[in-house]
Amino acid sequence: MHNDTLVEIEDVAFGYGARPVLKGINLTARRGQVIAIMGSSGCGKTTLLRLIGGQIKPGQGKVRVAGESVGELDSAALYRLRRKMGMLFQFGALFTDISVFDNVAFQLREHTDLPEDTIRDLVLMKLHAVGLRGAAHLMPSELSGGMARRVALARAIALDPMLVMYDEPFAGLDPISLGVTGNLIRRLTDTLGLTSLVVTHDVQESLKIVDYVYFVSEGVVVAEGTAAEIRASGLPYVHQFVHGEADGPVPFHYPAPSYADDLGLRRQGA
Amino acid sequence: MNKTVLDLWVGLFVIAGFAALLFLALKVGSTSAVSASNSYEVVARFDNIGGLKPRAPVKSAGVVVGRVADIRFDNETFEAAVTLRLDKRYAFPKDTSAGIMTSGLLGEQYVGLEAGGDSEALKDKDRILITQDAVVLENLIGQFIYGKAQEGAPQ
Amino acid sequence: MLKQSIESLGNRTIQGVWRIGFAARFFVAMLLHSGTAFRRFGLTIREMYFTGVLSLIIILVSGLFVGMVLGLQGYETQQRFGSESALGTLVALSLVRELGPVLAGLLFASRAGSAITAEIGLMKATEQLSAMEMMAVDPIARVVAPRFWAGVISMPLLAALFSAMGILGGYLVGVLLIGVDVGTFWSQMKSSVDFEQDILNGVIKSVVFGVAITTIALFEGYDAPPTAEGVSGATTRTVVTSSLAVLALDFVLTAFMFRGLN
Repeated sequence: MHNDTLVEIEDVAFGYGARPVLKGINLTARRGQVIAIMGSSGCGKTTLLRLIGGQIKPGQGKVRVAGESVGELDSAALYRLRRKMGMLFQFGALFTDISVFDNVAFQLREHTDLPEDTIRDLVLMKLHAVGLRGAAHLMPSELSGGMARRVALARAIALDPMLVMYDEPFAGLDPISLGVTGNLIRRLTDTLGLTSLVVTHDVQESLKIVDYVYFVSEGVVVAEGTAAEIRASGLPYVHQFVHGEADGPVPFHYPAPSYADDLGLRRQGA
Repeated sequence: MNKTVLDLWVGLFVIAGFAALLFLALKVGSTSAVSASNSYEVVARFDNIGGLKPRAPVKSAGVVVGRVADIRFDNETFEAAVTLRLDKRYAFPKDTSAGIMTSGLLGEQYVGLEAGGDSEALKDKDRILITQDAVVLENLIGQFIYGKAQEGAPQ
Repeated sequence: MLKQSIESLGNRTIQGVWRIGFAARFFVAMLLHSGTAFRRFGLTIREMYFTGVLSLIIILVSGLFVGMVLGLQGYETQQRFGSESALGTLVALSLVRELGPVLAGLLFASRAGSAITAEIGLMKATEQLSAMEMMAVDPIARVVAPRFWAGVISMPLLAALFSAMGILGGYLVGVLLIGVDVGTFWSQMKSSVDFEQDILNGVIKSVVFGVAITTIALFEGYDAPPTAEGVSGATTRTVVTSSLAVLALDFVLTAFMFRGLN
């Protein structure tokens, strides 16, 4: 174990009701890295982020962030820890009833007693970092999807967290916004000394920016490595995923009885 | 929405709401409950109180001087013990009589006080001795019919 | 077949009990986390604008019309018994005791309650509540509790405004239109409407309705499945459940408050 380990997930299992989502997963994130967690839709990636954020507790195993076991903290300690985390939700999750400026200022106003002009400077600085200083007065409904994502990113880094988590930051973006968002994640991680945890299924975009990749399938890590290692990987699942092939270890068809049976072609006496 | 405009509207709303409450309290309703510190209680016993209810007014010469505080059935004398709470400003002689009256033909019932001539005044927890029961319409009609029958009977 | 229906009955019972338990815990959490709603009263004032001020128009207009109808119908009925002088009493008593709190409550449920549910439901569906949680801000304290207190404060004010407008409507029709004596109208009203028994009990009723409606609305929103159907279903349930709650609570409260009178 390295001294600079920020997030450590040890043999964690979790299920919603009777349906297991994660079955003994192991994962480590070191400070200053951009880590990608990839996998097909519905494989428990978002669940993993919620475990790290302490919104749900693991059924088995330990989730450690900065040395603290997230699942065992009381709510006050958990809230203290969360101030050091930022999270970018899939569609930004901006507060729709307040302006872009107020969205970014939200945490500063809730958690600090800073005077209003200091808050203003800080907010404009964060907005400048994502290139949207000019949009400060707009309402979230007036933003495009990509802009909303960037505002949410500015909001996530408002308190200078040590860890930022991204839930599908590339989903539903046009190619330009995609590149902008990807570069932002990399640049902010490097300049602010963050650690970034990116949950995504956009292989091409994320492989450009990440340091290390975990592949999750059926609740376990099936492959891991640096971007170059993943590209070169011979594992059938990873190969299918990276190259976007329709059929492979992940079948195209949802499990079903035989097609012929379903169409009644082999009915008795027919 | 500008914050000051919003505050202004909410302020107006609260003022209007309290104005409405004040209007209800002052213009629509009145406090009938005579407070305990400004009143004294006397008891009057009746054989029949008719439809008298707690909080019915107590009037003297048509002016409200108090309220009926409590009505109880005395299982020893088989009478109704009615507690009257009277305003301290009004003092009544000891031999005041109380009767149960009806306002109008079918209106609400109240307790009427008729002052006597005694020089001593009623005090707290005193008892009004002279009482007049409620007029029960059925009895009245019954008496009337009986009287008619008596008249018409051959001597 | 029988086994299945017994199973489904059991399942529904468990679901229902679970939901009631969840609602109770939600209510307690809301009360426990109310500090913010008062420490930063600006949050509550903001919500009072949306629940209270925006409900004003419908409350005032409905109150006026209900009072006018009461004036007409009351006069029509009372003149048969020659007691049209008691018109003021009839209008005022029915408004402050029953119609004011109950109708204001029903209107409040459909105007403000549904809006609260839809708003909270959408905030949940778009992950705004989750985002807030991840920003170490408790959504119960920051979002739910201020709305609750705004509703509880607004409701009695709205009910009082409804009653006052209704009495004004009764006065308009009874005195100005029909010609009941103006002095009789007010003095009869004043002599038979008791401040504590009638007006104060009406206010208590409206506070209770405010608590019930906002709690139901907030809970339905907070518990809504994060989909379009989920939120629309929750909004409908808010209006239905809180209207029924208002009527049922009204019966219970009336039974307690006015039992001694008759």
